[in-house]
Amino acid sequence: MATDTHAADAHDDHGHHGPAFLAHHFDSPVQQFDAAKLGIWAFLAQEILFFSGLFVAYALYRTAHPEAFSVGSHLLDWRMGGVNTFVLLVSSFTAAMAVRYAQVGEQKKVTQMLVITIACAFGFMIIKYFEYTHKFHVGFLPGKYFLCPNFNLNAAGVCAEAPSVHGLEELSHAVSTAANAGIGSVVDGVAVNYPFHLRSFFGIYFVMTGVHGLHVLIGIGVMIWIIVRNERGEFSKDFFTPVDLVALYWHLVDLIWIYLFPLLYLID
Amino acid sequence: MTTEATTAPSAHGADAHSDDLPNYLTHERGIRSWMTTLDHKRIGLMYLASIIAAFFMGGVMALLVRTELLFEGRTIMNADTYNQVFTLHGAIMVFLFIIPSIPGALGNFFLPIMLGAKDVAFPKLNLGSFYIYCFGAIFLVVGIAVGHVDTGWTFYTPYSARADNSVIWMTMGVFILGFSSILTGVNFIATVHTMRAPGMNWRRLPLFIWGIYATSVIQVLATPVLAITLLLLTMEKALGIAVFDPAIGGDPVLFQHFFWFYSHPAVYIMILPGMAVVNELIGTFSRRKIFGYMFVAMSSVALALLGFLVWGHHMFTSGMSEYSTMVFSALTFLVAIPSGVKVFNWVATLYQGSISLASPMLYALGFIALFTIGGVTGLFLGTLSVDIHLHDTYFVVAHFHYVMVGGTVFGFLGGLHYWWPKMTGKMYDENWARVAWLLVFTGFNVTFFSQFVLGSQGMPRRYYDYLPRFHNLHMTSSGGAYILGVGFLVMAVMFIKSLRSGEKASENPWGSAGYEWLTTTPPHPHNFHEQPVITRGPYDYHLCTELELFEGHHKDFVASEAE
Repeated sequence: MATDTHAADAHDDHGHHGPAFLAHHFDSPVQQFDAAKLGIWAFLAQEILFFSGLFVAYALYRTAHPEAFSVGSHLLDWRMGGVNTFVLLVSSFTAAMAVRYAQVGEQKKVTQMLVITIACAFGFMIIKYFEYTHKFHVGFLPGKYFLCPNFNLNAAGVCAEAPSVHGLEELSHAVSTAANAGIGSVVDGVAVNYPFHLRSFFGIYFVMTGVHGLHVLIGIGVMIWIIVRNERGEFSKDFFTPVDLVALYWHLVDLIWIYLFPLLYLID
Repeated sequence: MTTEATTAPSAHGADAHSDDLPNYLTHERGIRSWMTTLDHKRIGLMYLASIIAAFFMGGVMALLVRTELLFEGRTIMNADTYNQVFTLHGAIMVFLFIIPSIPGALGNFFLPIMLGAKDVAFPKLNLGSFYIYCFGAIFLVVGIAVGHVDTGWTFYTPYSARADNSVIWMTMGVFILGFSSILTGVNFIATVHTMRAPGMNWRRLPLFIWGIYATSVIQVLATPVLAITLLLLTMEKALGIAVFDPAIGGDPVLFQHFFWFYSHPAVYIMILPGMAVVNELIGTFSRRKIFGYMFVAMSSVALALLGFLVWGHHMFTSGMSEYSTMVFSALTFLVAIPSGVKVFNWVATLYQGSISLASPMLYALGFIALFTIGGVTGLFLGTLSVDIHLHDTYFVVAHFHYVMVGGTVFGFLGGLHYWWPKMTGKMYDENWARVAWLLVFTGFNVTFFSQFVLGSQGMPRRYYDYLPRFHNLHMTSSGGAYILGVGFLVMAVMFIKSLRSGEKASENPWGSAGYEWLTTTPPHPHNFHEQPVITRGPYDYHLCTELELFEGHHKDFVASEAE
């Protein structure tokens, strides 16, 4: 990258001292490490505040429409959510191990651990993909797309595709399990009883898990980059900061899911 | 200059050496070296150019608004256009100008220098922040070009939920700009904590840094809430999920809570850097240690924290429980304490100081006066009973313009005048600078003081038309706006003339004890020729050497090298 070469030039014409990993504007590796560590913690603080808005919205709408959230949680597959929780916990462990191996300078094992972490992340996303596509097909979608499979609204804003019998069965099963039949609507000439605000539940479900999924994808990208740098031999027991930082980020992504899982899947 | 002439012989040709020293403006040339630079000073200048462009756009919108309001009924545009113009004025001024103004431009340039560091902690992230800012600005401008955004800068639902989709461009633009702001905050926090020069303890930190540091904390903790709010608003518009729009089961008051949870702290993102600059100006131009240094420093931190607890005072008429309004009102009054600490300490610093009324100092004094008016009228609005009458009137408009323009913009302009010689290496015409100040100060007060009167008489804000009895006051206000416009024009010409043919600036033209004046003018690419070691506070005039105050510390260094 152009910026990299520029930084390198700046080193050369200013009589750079210290190890190669030490950026020109730092005096010592310890200072560089401290700055990076503080920076990532400040960044993680903003991540928490970013998600906090979603958690507040969740709390308010769950308080306002408990029946919708109860039915909604029965429409989510807790087994898939549970497997994903386990997968992320494993990945957090391997991320921590990657840092450990980086600290003791075992370059190969760092890559191995990060590869397992990425594999878990992909596993998580694949399971999420199946969950999402199922909901797309049966029409458990946010807002105006609720009970409108595949977002298939026509220009007039009317659903062009009726929900499948299977989907409606699943819905009525969830309603009876939750014993929370509310005011529903008429679908395809048949009155279906379900809480109206189920559409809000799915709005919150998709936004929360979607934003979280985006963080997983970003994590995958960053970890691939860290593996490339590790393979280039940039890290040693003297310099493992990037591995440390990505692991911290990954733990946060994991932690947010640990809250999302019970809040969305295990309501009752 | 005479001082140079007298010292040149004593330095024994060391001056010839000093002219050869590299500076950040010329050590690399070409557009590419600017676009890919990691130097915080160059990034600061790029921010400066961008925010001045934004300020110009927002200023033109303001003049259009005031021109429309010259007469009752239609003057130059129809009501729809008027709604768009004031929306754009607000959105551009808040998101593209004020929020990045002092931290992005002056903060980027001077924070590392004042810390005695070579750069910010994460230079690549810093450049990234700048490009994210540009990217967000493009979205915002596209929103202007394709649409029809007339929601006001606050994007209140249900207006924004019902408005056409160009609002999405606008909110996405602000979403992206938010990340620029967050990353700058992260960068500055890490820089202040870990990059201080040897000898620079927290008690020797210039108050400018304290102010920017407190700002950074707010940027990191408040901005993400706005980001998620705007993301939810965008999702609501795109997918019809019910969050804020009451028609589909959302809660519009929730939007206001979310919005002000960011936007009230954002008021402190705007004002704290202005106060931060004023500290430096007051210290330098009264040649005194800032009175009650630690109180002033801590009041910045206190404002940053209190800023998170008072968002509800924007919503006294929106539907909240009486108990919450009482709590929010009481907390709002607490804000007056740290604000008062600052004002009283500045005045105490002036007392028995050796005051010089150079142009930067005029802005600082203007700041104190105008911020005091803005702050005290804020108390009117924080009082529940009075707020019911004044809510959404021109009184509110006048109040926040006194704080934002009279405060932040005056602080920014003062800082720009003060640091201009260090940044560009050129002096400007002091007389024209004072003329510009007088026009800006007069124009500002004429524009906005009449709006206090308008508001207290019940003129609602954002209205396209008004009753005949408000005519004279609206005329006066518009007249003031034109004076303000002329003032900025004079200032622009003055600065452009300085760039083209300004006298060469010395190392320390104001005779300041601040650390940033210890380096060469314009600064070395790595800020200092050798690592500075801090042995005194930034306002310790009694501990400064003559060379430091009048020639720049750098001459000491050159002289010692020549020996």
